[in-house]
Amino acid sequence: MSNDLKKSILERRLIFITIFVVVMLPLIFPLGLKPEITPLVKNAFQMVETAPDSALVIISFDYDPSTITELQPMAYALIDHAWRRGHKVIAIALWPQGVGMANEAFSNVIAKHHPDKKYGTDYVNLGYKAGGTVTLQAMGRDFRNVFPQDMNETPIAQIPMLKNVRKLQDIDYVVSLSAGDPGLTAWIMVASDMYKVKTAGGTTAISAPGFLPYVNKNQQLIGLLGGLKAASEYEAMLSVKGDATVSMDAQSVAHLAILIFIIIGNIKAWQKRRSQNKVRS
Amino acid sequence: MLQFMNQFGIWIAVFFTFSIFSFLYKDNPFYKFAEQVFVGLSAGYWLVYMIYNILIPNLFSKLITDFRGNAILLVPGILGVLMLLRIFPKIQWISRFPLALVIGTTAGISIVRSLQTNILSQITSTMINPFASDSIAILIGNLLLIIGTICGVYFFYFSKKQEGISAIPSKVGIWFLMISFGASFGYTVMARISLLIGRLDFLLKDWLHLIK
Repeated sequence: MSNDLKKSILERRLIFITIFVVVMLPLIFPLGLKPEITPLVKNAFQMVETAPDSALVIISFDYDPSTITELQPMAYALIDHAWRRGHKVIAIALWPQGVGMANEAFSNVIAKHHPDKKYGTDYVNLGYKAGGTVTLQAMGRDFRNVFPQDMNETPIAQIPMLKNVRKLQDIDYVVSLSAGDPGLTAWIMVASDMYKVKTAGGTTAISAPGFLPYVNKNQQLIGLLGGLKAASEYEAMLSVKGDATVSMDAQSVAHLAILIFIIIGNIKAWQKRRSQNKVRS
Repeated sequence: MLQFMNQFGIWIAVFFTFSIFSFLYKDNPFYKFAEQVFVGLSAGYWLVYMIYNILIPNLFSKLITDFRGNAILLVPGILGVLMLLRIFPKIQWISRFPLALVIGTTAGISIVRSLQTNILSQITSTMINPFASDSIAILIGNLLLIIGTICGVYFFYFSKKQEGISAIPSKVGIWFLMISFGASFGYTVMARISLLIGRLDFLLKDWLHLIK
């Protein structure tokens, strides 16, 4: 193994250890950094804020445990906000493990902020449906045919908050928390573009740039929460110090460290190229 | 017992977390073990989940409770069985029929909706009057949107050699593309750090109880 290769492996390990430490320390000793609210998050917040009291809303849990760090804080904040406004929350999942994510989110928000909320009256979990776009289109024709019962096998007709729901268009707004496909794209295609239901999305940071063009003049998406940063912004708008707010300290410090590494890496690459040019000449 | 099982689960999760992290030092048997357990468990979980949450409620239960009323379900059921024939080399060609049906149906359903959502709506959303707003920031944003869209699309126009004046929009388009790649990279870094935060949060909160 050449000296250069050995050095490069050592440098990589140093970077890993440094990132590990700079992420860990702010989790133990929070810095209390305040996020700046961006228009994309403000739009999503306003959509929830301006919906009528007792609005019927869908939160679609289109993710699994691998992305809970980014998407679960969004779920907590959105459910909390919806309940503060008196909305009735319908949880569905286009991903099988989304059902468990929804249950955990409801339990968490009930335990922390809304102990008075009752299943069937204030929220319901309809469970998982396969099919993505096709399923959502069918919901626009006949909601009850797609979801004849909730995840506990209770017929929809016996769930008080769903007595007036016949079609997807009876829903006031939809938020899809999405880690991939099927997910937010399907909701934009069907709920927003086809049935004109107000739609917002929450995605992992990695997929957020792909959804930015949908927040446009045509309002294919009303607002977009992209990654942990957006979740912390939403928490700040609710004046809640939640998981995302605490995690953002670590995120910010790690970004600073990565910026420093990028600068050092570029200087080293420039020096190497310069010395190679000297040798050649 | 429940308390013990919870603790046992946490310790197993800690073991697998460190096993996966150990790859950062170098490839080793702990990493390989964790990786293979993950792959095996995921496959098993999906198989069981699909049987109990899709096949049984949507097919078997309906056929058992009301066979005559749900006889049409035999069609997708049989197509599903045909799809499995891929595992027999001599008759694997039969699996092409259900596959063709799936591809054809999916394309038929998706093309119209994709065209509307990803092309027509996207095009109309860039047809804006850039001077409609009084705000300078919005005006600049609108102009950037129009210039970026036109130059970005022009960069992918390959039917004529781009040289001289006709190469300028293409070069502007490259700048817009580079900036968008940079933004995507920034978001990717954020996503990857978020994953690390998630694991460290688990280790510090659930395992070591160092944070609340």
